[in-house]
Amino acid sequence: MSAHLSYEESKKVVFKGLILLGVITLIEVFIALFGNGHVISGFHLPKIIMYPMMIGLSLYKAYFIVYEFMHMRYEVRGLALAVLLPMVLLIWAMIAFFNEGNAWFNYRDYVRTKNKTEVKTSIQPQGDKKPAETLEIQEIH
Amino acid sequence: MTTDTIKHGAHEDQAHQEGGNLWGGGREPFKASYGKLMMWYFLLSDAFTFSGFLISYGALRFSMPTWPLPDHVFETIPFYSGKAPLIFVTFMTFVLIISSVTMVRAVQEGHRENKKGVVFWMLLTILGGITFLSCQAWEWTTLLAKEHVSIHRNPFSRHMEAGVYLNEDGTPIVKDGAEETFKKGDSYLIHKHDGEWDLRKYRVTEGPDAGQVKQLAFGPKAFGALFFFITGFHGFHVFSGVLFLAIIAINAASGVYVARKNGYEMVEKIGLYWHFVDLVWVFVFLVFYLL
Repeated sequence: MSAHLSYEESKKVVFKGLILLGVITLIEVFIALFGNGHVISGFHLPKIIMYPMMIGLSLYKAYFIVYEFMHMRYEVRGLALAVLLPMVLLIWAMIAFFNEGNAWFNYRDYVRTKNKTEVKTSIQPQGDKKPAETLEIQEIH
Repeated sequence: MTTDTIKHGAHEDQAHQEGGNLWGGGREPFKASYGKLMMWYFLLSDAFTFSGFLISYGALRFSMPTWPLPDHVFETIPFYSGKAPLIFVTFMTFVLIISSVTMVRAVQEGHRENKKGVVFWMLLTILGGITFLSCQAWEWTTLLAKEHVSIHRNPFSRHMEAGVYLNEDGTPIVKDGAEETFKKGDSYLIHKHDGEWDLRKYRVTEGPDAGQVKQLAFGPKAFGALFFFITGFHGFHVFSGVLFLAIIAINAASGVYVARKNGYEMVEKIGLYWHFVDLVWVFVFLVFYLL
């Protein structure tokens, strides 16, 4: 904590942090506006370029807040690992749930047509066999 | 230790010295106080809660054929009727960053046992929190009362095909000598006039449905529900943070922490919470307003 830095030095870190977070936020907003054609009208950036830049800058802001403002840099290694390592689980959560969302998107039309399908059941006796059920599926347009 | 030696003998005492006193107390795990460590663990669990919400936002957004464009939804600012995309939320972000910085200063003054400094910087932090909440109240009011977004209905969406707006008689609307056309991906907001939704008619001009006449459709309603729930949950964190900051500022001013002589550790703990609120906003800002 303050034991590692003098009072004057730590005041400088705070000022640096304010400028850094402010400038990164402005860059992020500029990318969003520039990429969506608000700066030069009609000029759009592909999302594959915009998104990684904005996500990267946000992650850097998060790193700076945790390590400088929340003093994680000055805590012992064990504390940092105990708090930060569980966050790795979220990588799998994101892969799993975004994939799931994508699957819902792909099945949307399929579910819609299935919902419109009417199922008719009829019973036809065949000799001394048990009456078998046959399904007649009719699509309604 | 001397009584231990007598009780257990030399052999057991050796084992005791090698690692026994780690469990017997007297040394802080992770060199942090109990309260600080538990604040970190609380914040970890809270981070998982917010991650769950934001990931479900992502999953639902991936599952929708269209989604409102943030710089169309969030383009209003107070005292100005024109369009100012993302300017107001950028201001809100700055308010939160500045209040985070004043919080760091309060913690630093606490380490120097400077009571006046702690109270001064904490009051500025509270002011920042209240400003942020006021901005959010204005943002919510605009969305709910003027644009009629609710958790049940979302009038913001984007066109999925190009087309031209039609009059009641089926002829294209002409404005300033040109037909009122739109492209695929253009944003729209369904307005409400005298309690009635104005579902404008349009003719599709491109794609497999070209020539068909359709009405504007509402956007995915998950957008409104997720927006109000997640920003509301964050706003509630800010609100409870302001309450705790106020309690601790009053305690600090009345000299409670001077007697404890632990470098205003309570200020440090609420500081961790307050920075976490700022940290969550970084990601709420990213997913709701930037992406």
